[in-house]
Amino acid sequence: MTKEQPFIDVRHAQKKFGALEVLKDINLQVEKGQIVAIIGPSGSGKSTLLRAINDLDPLTSGEIWLEDKQVNKDLPHRQYEKHINTVRQEIGMVFQHFNLFPHLTVRQNITLAPKMLKDISDDEANQLVEEQLAKVGLSERIDFYPSQLSGGQKQRVAIARALAMKPKVMLFDEATSALDPELVEEVNLVMKSLAAEHMTMIIVTHEMTFAESVCDRVIFMDEGVVVEEGPPDVIFKNPQNERTKNFLRKHLNG
Amino acid sequence: MGLDFSVVPEYFDELLLGSLWTIAIMLASAVISFFGGILLAVIALYGPALVRYPFRAFSFVFMGTPLLLQLFLIYFGLIQIGIDLPAFVAGIIGLGLHFAVYNSDIIQAGIMAVDKGQHEGARTLGLSKLQTIRKIIVPQAVRTVIPPIGNNLVALLKDSALVSVIGVTELTLTSQLAISNTFRPFEFYVAAAVCYYVINLGLEYSLRRVESRIQVSR
Repeated sequence: MTKEQPFIDVRHAQKKFGALEVLKDINLQVEKGQIVAIIGPSGSGKSTLLRAINDLDPLTSGEIWLEDKQVNKDLPHRQYEKHINTVRQEIGMVFQHFNLFPHLTVRQNITLAPKMLKDISDDEANQLVEEQLAKVGLSERIDFYPSQLSGGQKQRVAIARALAMKPKVMLFDEATSALDPELVEEVNLVMKSLAAEHMTMIIVTHEMTFAESVCDRVIFMDEGVVVEEGPPDVIFKNPQNERTKNFLRKHLNG
Repeated sequence: MGLDFSVVPEYFDELLLGSLWTIAIMLASAVISFFGGILLAVIALYGPALVRYPFRAFSFVFMGTPLLLQLFLIYFGLIQIGIDLPAFVAGIIGLGLHFAVYNSDIIQAGIMAVDKGQHEGARTLGLSKLQTIRKIIVPQAVRTVIPPIGNNLVALLKDSALVSVIGVTELTLTSQLAISNTFRPFEFYVAAAVCYYVINLGLEYSLRRVESRIQVSR
């Protein structure tokens, strides 16, 4: 290769569920600091692609690379477990349904993984949790349980929890889809502040306006293939493909 | 011959001691049945087939045979193969294992009821499968099944009377000894029943406290 290796490199990704091919030879490169939105109708494979990046949904074939490391390396089971656990520490993920741990306080939710995996002291853990909560504007909720938070607050804690592992990239899987409309903005603001810090992000979203305002690149997927990709002003204002046009017509007016 | 409860207070110390033994046996076997139940549940759901099947067979045996027989086997039977346990130890082990099997069933259901997203949330942070089970899945599963486990604990308390037959001087045997001295079965069985009931009240009160304390963290 003449060019330097991309930060994230998805090569010929294919995913089958039985006879159903959900991802068909997807290639995707993301540069460091880039913010990429993946849009498309439901069932298009966008979430599956995102979840393949940290191997939550393993590919049938193809390769996922993060810098110089192959994420879905072919290793014997035990070695693979060790490998993937280390790799996942570098890939933060935020889910539609938050997946906070309900039996732990906000503080414990955020410090659990760093304490278990990074061997940090209690002082460092406290500093870490304060720092991350300040970032998402929830310092005063530190000793609350998830059940005592609103949906938007839960998602902000989930983002803080992912950030506490100091990941190299953040994956957002429809992070605001389960939220009441009035709570979407507070989560979007946190994501925008991450964007301002040049965090590398891949965002699966239904929110076209957000994608347009934050992302450097938009990828439109349908039926397991990347139909069209480009900068947001091109994709949203001047899409070339018929399928993209149809999709956007429904979503921008709705 | 009329009833005369005035003989009961004479045996107050003995009944108190018997009650304390009953409580001690209950607590010790409760600990075994709780942690044993978790262990059995995790092995039954996540263990490799090689250990999973023997453990399942073990569960069937403990569920499908009478507790009394198991106590006899552990206390009288094991001596033949050189394991000579004190009666109260045999009783605690028998009760503990028997109820561990019942708790395991409940905890398995609790584990399966934990949202799949919890597993994903933990694994994406880099936790291993075992760390996830230990820190995320099991604590949540146990919280959801505290009420049925509490019911088992009440049953365990009552079934602890069975260890009297292998000679543990807990509440039931204490009252029998008092009866053989005084020939007053009605009075002492009623007295023992009252003691069991009071212990049960204390147990249920503690269980309710635990349940309300974990309410917010579910």
